[in-house]
Amino acid sequence: MRILIVEDDKDVAGFVVKGLREAGHTVEHADNGRDGLFLAASENFDAIILDRMLPGGIDGLRLLETLRAQDNVTPVVFLSALSQVDDRVKGLKAGGDDYLTKPFAFAELLARVEALTRRGKTDGPTTKLAVGDLEIDLLSRGVKRAGQKIDLQPREFRLLEYLMRHAGQVVTRTMLLEGVWDYHFDPQTNVIDVHVSRLRQKIDKPFDLPLLHTVRNAGYMLRTEDV
Amino acid sequence: MLPADHLADPDLVEPARPVKPRARPIIRSAGIRLALVYAVVFGISAFSLAFSLWYSTVGLLQRQVEVSVRNDASALGDHFAVGGIPSLVLAIRDRLANNIDGDAIYLLIDPLGNRIIGNLDRWPAGLTEANAWYELPVTRQGVGSVALLRAYPIIGGDQLLVGRDVRARTELRRVLQDGLLWAMGIMAVLGLLGALIIRSLFRRMIRNISATTRAISRGDLTRRVPKTGDGDEFDELAEIINDMLERITKLMDGVREVSNSIAHDLRTPITRARTRLEDASLHAHTPDDLKAAIERATDDLDGIVAVFQALLRIAEIEAGARRSAFISFDLTPLLLDIDELYRVVAEERGMKLLTSIAGVLPFFGDRQLVQQAITNLLDNALKFSSADSEISFTATVQNSVIEITIADHGPGVAEEDRQRATERFFRAESARSTAGSGLGLSLVAAVAQLHNGTLRLADNNPGLRAVISLPTRPVD
Repeated sequence: MRILIVEDDKDVAGFVVKGLREAGHTVEHADNGRDGLFLAASENFDAIILDRMLPGGIDGLRLLETLRAQDNVTPVVFLSALSQVDDRVKGLKAGGDDYLTKPFAFAELLARVEALTRRGKTDGPTTKLAVGDLEIDLLSRGVKRAGQKIDLQPREFRLLEYLMRHAGQVVTRTMLLEGVWDYHFDPQTNVIDVHVSRLRQKIDKPFDLPLLHTVRNAGYMLRTEDV
Repeated sequence: MLPADHLADPDLVEPARPVKPRARPIIRSAGIRLALVYAVVFGISAFSLAFSLWYSTVGLLQRQVEVSVRNDASALGDHFAVGGIPSLVLAIRDRLANNIDGDAIYLLIDPLGNRIIGNLDRWPAGLTEANAWYELPVTRQGVGSVALLRAYPIIGGDQLLVGRDVRARTELRRVLQDGLLWAMGIMAVLGLLGALIIRSLFRRMIRNISATTRAISRGDLTRRVPKTGDGDEFDELAEIINDMLERITKLMDGVREVSNSIAHDLRTPITRARTRLEDASLHAHTPDDLKAAIERATDDLDGIVAVFQALLRIAEIEAGARRSAFISFDLTPLLLDIDELYRVVAEERGMKLLTSIAGVLPFFGDRQLVQQAITNLLDNALKFSSADSEISFTATVQNSVIEITIADHGPGVAEEDRQRATERFFRAESARSTAGSGLGLSLVAAVAQLHNGTLRLADNNPGLRAVISLPTRPVD
């Protein structure tokens, strides 16, 4: 994927650029708002990582608003030290697709960027999702693995649906809390781990090939091959 | 870490400037302004009253005189029509003889201007046009006076002058005029006097408030506005200001408390992280050791960041800024969601979550904050409960107050610690060994307060019973 990062802090930018390249992406970097806007508007990217506070007269919000005003719909993840709820709301209102506050874990950023680009591609009315021999029907809310019916609670179904929509990608605990439970804070208790392990009991335990994997220091991934 | 000299930054430790009471220009005084407005309004109403009085007396008199002259002239006209000049002369003579008040004026002249009959010595100078009103000085039997006059031409070239002596009316007008001018002068003096009195009253009323606020801006936060005890508007204002000061003091204390706590409580994890990194750079022999040390230090830093985030969140809540995001919603589904989220965890740990939530809990507030407050309490309950124990999670509504109770059978909080349990970074002795920042209950208390509710901690015999009471609709 081709990713643009607009970030003025050299250390942070260097770290993110290196990490994204290691993950197999092509990365462009701009260290001020003006250059960032120019690059974002003139070239095609699959995702943009955008700092809120930027030198060069154009801050992240203005950059994004300008971009959206030109009907540019490239997914944008804000990466900002502004962590108040209002800041987050402002960022999403301006057209941001996700908002991550600094300091951040690289795994979290990578997972969110990759999740966004995927979301952009499969935005169509899908009614069925499948990973390996695991299938879910979004209309009848039915789950089957190797032709065998599996009973899931409504919330377990939503958890599985989220994981399947991001199959092959790392999904972090925070993403699950936000995407499945709509919680925008981290409880101290490992609630997500417990729920995922419950789900794993139901969809993986009776079968040979595990689908739901734990990715160390990052989160979970649903995929057919071993990680 | 910030360099130590950062604290000496002149911008950050700006000395409190003494605030001197400034002498303000007299027009800037609200008391004077108030008095002036009052004087102007009073003056305008007094003036309009005087004017209408003037108009209705003087104007009425004038009109009465005019009517009487007109009637007189038309009656004389009738005489002329019946008997010609002789009849007219007779009528005038008759009238002059019966002129008791002595204010009626008649003069009949022939075309050459000679007086035929009348009580004027001669035709008044300046009266040139017939059928028009004139107010002219006249001379009657050698005495000067003022008269309202009207000339009527008569067929044959004679001219009749009919009028009334209006000296009395003119005098009345002068008296009225003088009176009004005096009244205006007195009014101006009274207005000025009133302005001064109102200003001093005004000053006296706000003196308490300004003295207190001035002392506070100098840094003495303990001062309060004394109440007069009259129960008037100024008493009410004093009460409101005192409430505000109370809140400011509390916030200031909070800030002080937090900075102290940051200094003490964050030093420990920061020291730990720093030690780990330094130790690793000095003593790690294998890349694996180094990597492990770095990962542990990263975890320590994450912990510190979490503490910072919690502190910021509490500060944000306490500042009340989130009130703008309040919405009306039903708490029940939200609580059931939390129950579903935690039930599984409780089961996993061998605990039992006994949940009982009322069917409908109408509420006005911040969904996310309530979520976070309840999960904090459940986190605590799970953390301090032993396996096989029960945790109860109930929500009821009564008299427009929603009570959400989370009770466990853990070690509880000692009675002497309960008051302090919601202070930032407070950790009871019994909790020292478990993980945690000592910020969870502070956040819960802050959320409850934001919604004009309370957090109550009680003994659950054994264990802790935490009760959040929230009004269904907070009053401002």
